[in-house]
Amino acid sequence: MLYNEPSPLEIKVLSKRFGLANSESIDTYLATEGYAAFEKALHMKPEEIIEELKISNLRGRGGAGFPTGMKWSFVPRTSPKPKYIVVNADESEPGTCKDRVLIENDPHQLIEGMLIAGLAVDAHAGYIYVRGEYRYLIDILDRAIAEAYARGYLGKNLRGTNFSFDAYTHTGAGAYECGEESALLESLEGKRGVPRIRPPFPAVVGAFQCPTILNNVETYCAVPPILRDGGAAFAALGVPKAGGTKLTCLSGHINKPGVYELPLGIPVMKMIDEVGGGMRNGKKLKAFIPGGSSCPVLTGAECENLTMDYDSMAKAKSMLGSGGVVIMDEDTCMVKAALRIMRFYAHESCGWCIPCREGTAWLRKLLQRFHDGGGRKSDIVLIGDLAKNMLGRTFCPLGDAAALPTISIVEKFYDEFAAHLDGKPCPYEKVSRLVMA
Amino acid sequence: MTFSPELEAKFARLLTIYPPGRQRSAMIPMLLFAQDEIGAVTDELVREVAGRVGVEPLQVEEVLSYYSMLHRKPLGKYHVQICTNISCLLMGGDELWEQACEKLGIGHKEVTADGLISLEEVECIGACSWAPALQVNYDFHHHATPEKLDRLLDSLRKIS
Repeated sequence: MLYNEPSPLEIKVLSKRFGLANSESIDTYLATEGYAAFEKALHMKPEEIIEELKISNLRGRGGAGFPTGMKWSFVPRTSPKPKYIVVNADESEPGTCKDRVLIENDPHQLIEGMLIAGLAVDAHAGYIYVRGEYRYLIDILDRAIAEAYARGYLGKNLRGTNFSFDAYTHTGAGAYECGEESALLESLEGKRGVPRIRPPFPAVVGAFQCPTILNNVETYCAVPPILRDGGAAFAALGVPKAGGTKLTCLSGHINKPGVYELPLGIPVMKMIDEVGGGMRNGKKLKAFIPGGSSCPVLTGAECENLTMDYDSMAKAKSMLGSGGVVIMDEDTCMVKAALRIMRFYAHESCGWCIPCREGTAWLRKLLQRFHDGGGRKSDIVLIGDLAKNMLGRTFCPLGDAAALPTISIVEKFYDEFAAHLDGKPCPYEKVSRLVMA
Repeated sequence: MTFSPELEAKFARLLTIYPPGRQRSAMIPMLLFAQDEIGAVTDELVREVAGRVGVEPLQVEEVLSYYSMLHRKPLGKYHVQICTNISCLLMGGDELWEQACEKLGIGHKEVTADGLISLEEVECIGACSWAPALQVNYDFHHHATPEKLDRLLDSLRKIS
């Protein structure tokens, strides 16, 4: 089901079946061009499939934005080892709630994307790693997988060819870090979710030490429309170097929060005003997170003339990330926002790398003291320095994810930190205390 | 240990879906599914799962301490998980958390004296666009308000 009204500005490619009756059933899927891309791909060469993806300019939708066609081409197809397809459905980046909607409304699109990935790299098994909290999605996926077996879209000798493929769901059990690809693979193997040293990358040594394609749910869901309608058509929906649409999750202080499928390159202000219905209560935009809490925060002024795509966000020294847009109005306390974000990373740091484990814990303490009114002027600089010392010094991006928003908030909202100095109460706080569990 | 036939069937299947020699992969799903049925990851369960996937109990302990959804002590029959991460915070998630603590007289990861309700302040549960949000066991509650939360907590007491 859908939890918010669609917007007329959406371009419905991945979400085209959303809102149809029984959109999750294989009958609805087959009646709306479902599995047509797989049938087509069965008669294509693997390199032709990958070439189509390259033409589409599809970039990984989990947050890093790596070109998908290139990633798939790194898998040694002729390796004697089995190859695996792994789906990252461990959606847990704060601000992001799109994979949930994709699976809930159209699970077969994901299965079809996995099948095509299997054809591209000669893989015959795929695992969907779903975060533990999304139990109902595992039920939906298991039903869809059973339907696909019953109708000959999973199993042996599919559609009269010699291609066989099995798909399975696998539940996580509560760990943000397991959304990081190498930690996910460790977790899939029944271990603690700590990151692996790379290289080798998962394309060569991934699940069960075998070559693996590992992508986000949305990335796989984009594959059937690309194969069906052609890579060029998908590329044309976006901007140069980034094709297609992006499932965008609007949250925070706007009138119409929700998940919307928007063309890459849509102007930020148009997205807020026309898709999101404008700022709530007519307030001013103070801060903007483009794609999940690990992105550097942008100010309202920086959002003018900015567009939602990988390169323009990089130019603005932020990231498009996962599509988790968080909008904060003028009444938001940025010290509290920085504290809450750091509490999250301190809780989720797996403890493997010292700069991340210690850095997030100390930053959390410093920010807490600051928000409680015990901050010193030198702490403002110290917060920035500590965060900068974490950058690039950890095995996985969690350290950077914690440091980047913190650095941006301290630098861009210095005055708000100064306003908390010398025991002054938080000028924005409504709640008696910020609960610290 | 004896489990329900449904859980036994799940376990049997889990041991077949990973590549040969990789049955350890079934450990985390087994622990979580079993916890749902028996209420906690007990010492007995640790030994049972270790035996079934072919590792030492210590290896299971080492893994389970990493995952925040796996609990060594029983939670309430209704585990109320309130998100206070950034998107929910902006929409008053922290106020809901305080309200729940006050109403139930318990705090983070604590259980009411009758064992009925437990509370946990959780990180992002993937409901940001429909914030503030919470989960009771695995069920999502979107667009929460103080009134809705009040009614929800009352109704959990009534249906038990």
